[in-house]
Amino acid sequence: MAETKMAETLNGDSDQPLLTAEGLGKSYGHLMACRDVSFALYPGEVLAIVGESGSGKSTLLQLLSAQLTPSAGSVSYRMRDGVMRDLAALGEAERRFLFRTDWGYVHQDPAMGLRMAVSAGANVGERLMAVGWNHYGRIRDTASSWLERVEIDTGRIDDAPRTYSGGMRQRLQIARNLVTEPRLVFMDEPTGGLDVSVQARLLDLMRNLVSELGLAAIVVTHDLAVARLLSHRVMVMKGGRVIETGLTDQVLDDPCEPYTQLLVSSILPA
Amino acid sequence: MNAPTYNFAYLDEQTKRMIRRAILKAIAIPGYQVPFASREMPMPYGWGTGGVQVTAAILGRDDVLKVIDQGSDDTTNAISIRKFFAKTAGVATTTSTTDATVIQTRHRIPEGALHAGQVLVYQVPIPEPLRFLEPRETETRRMHALGEYGLMHVKLYEDIARFGHIATAYAYPVKVNARYVMDPSPTPKFDNPKMDNCAALQLFGAGREKRIYAIPPHTSVVSLDFEDHPFTRYRFDAPCALCGAGDSYLDEIVTDDKGSRMFVCSDTDYCETRQSQGHRGSESAAPHKERAHG
Repeated sequence: MAETKMAETLNGDSDQPLLTAEGLGKSYGHLMACRDVSFALYPGEVLAIVGESGSGKSTLLQLLSAQLTPSAGSVSYRMRDGVMRDLAALGEAERRFLFRTDWGYVHQDPAMGLRMAVSAGANVGERLMAVGWNHYGRIRDTASSWLERVEIDTGRIDDAPRTYSGGMRQRLQIARNLVTEPRLVFMDEPTGGLDVSVQARLLDLMRNLVSELGLAAIVVTHDLAVARLLSHRVMVMKGGRVIETGLTDQVLDDPCEPYTQLLVSSILPA
Repeated sequence: MNAPTYNFAYLDEQTKRMIRRAILKAIAIPGYQVPFASREMPMPYGWGTGGVQVTAAILGRDDVLKVIDQGSDDTTNAISIRKFFAKTAGVATTTSTTDATVIQTRHRIPEGALHAGQVLVYQVPIPEPLRFLEPRETETRRMHALGEYGLMHVKLYEDIARFGHIATAYAYPVKVNARYVMDPSPTPKFDNPKMDNCAALQLFGAGREKRIYAIPPHTSVVSLDFEDHPFTRYRFDAPCALCGAGDSYLDEIVTDDKGSRMFVCSDTDYCETRQSQGHRGSESAAPHKERAHG
């Protein structure tokens, strides 16, 4: 079943990019937070953006997800009807609709992506209600099946996420994003702030979901292990520029740029 | 001794003009919250400063004013506001729902059907239905503008998840004219169906929050719900102890410290009218009883 879905996505339009960035840049006065980034992301592909803090990773992610307006360049996205649209030309209503249906955004801090005071079920159901679901029973069933998929005990469906542990919150945030079956998920340091064993479980879960659903994802991380486990391709950033890009194994095992070599060699042996 | 002289209905004409413009805009966009430059009124916020400003702006010399507080004409708040306008505008006041042309209300809609030409003015504490779900005003305004009301159902979902039914009993969110979601002020949800297709003009004033909104006559007002948990009205399952009415919204009155209670109509005018027509309830001071105690 998972394979057929993936195959469909691949056969459908995988030769066409899902999202393209062209000459993307953002400046704050004299400070160039991000400059001249161009790439294409294909359906079902996971791209990791790595680099040290301050290298422009998060700015780039916000540009790509249309939360920031670029100072230069443009981002285009292939809508569900197959038409490539410039994100800057979308109306606010369309952009927000895209954001809660066809896209997901996983924040580093789950408190930013969840409503901490309402129950887990309502957190997952919110996107469904936003697209017009009006049947309590069906919303609840869908929410509970998603909790199961992200390995949260369905007995806790009525508990607020503030009673959850960090790892559970992050998994709940993922469920909340995936419930509308988005085609593209943005993740900003999804495993930041979690301890190592929880990180491993979360990564395992994300890897399964991504391949099952045929999701495309852009993952920002400073953790090269996360990039290696999740992504097909890696972009290395430094000082707002992309300095190296390629297949994950290739970049991490055989880095060309001196900075990437430094980055790869500075991982502490466990 | 010289009493201070007020302009007709207390507010100066420029202020009234400003409020009337807000009211006209509110009527033109049913359910939309129009910001207005709310004034300080000679009463504390929360006592109906918004409703009083709206009433002051629409009151004419021929109007007959009725003021109710939780359905009652004779509570402190209702009497003070009625006296306030009797003094500053010199308009006729009444307690009769049918005779009144302007009815200012705190948290109830009269039981009897309103007729064309009447204006119902609500006092509103918090006009924003999304307030407790989304604290940012910039964000809630955007949500109204784009018609993103999924969040409102999150609240109803939470109710069902916790209590097994939609437990919101007052300030029950409604959709006006199939567009804006509106907080009907803290009226019991029993009153929600009366707002739909009402012959009278309904105006809502929030003084502290500086918002005015409106439902023009004969506008659709639909209470939000789920397909499998439809909107229901709620009233205590008892007849009124004074007039025997079985269809009115009831107040519960505790009568001693042993758990005795009685239920009476919250709308005092409705109850008194029925009593004068000869309807009796279980606790009525019936004429023969009075004679017996004699």
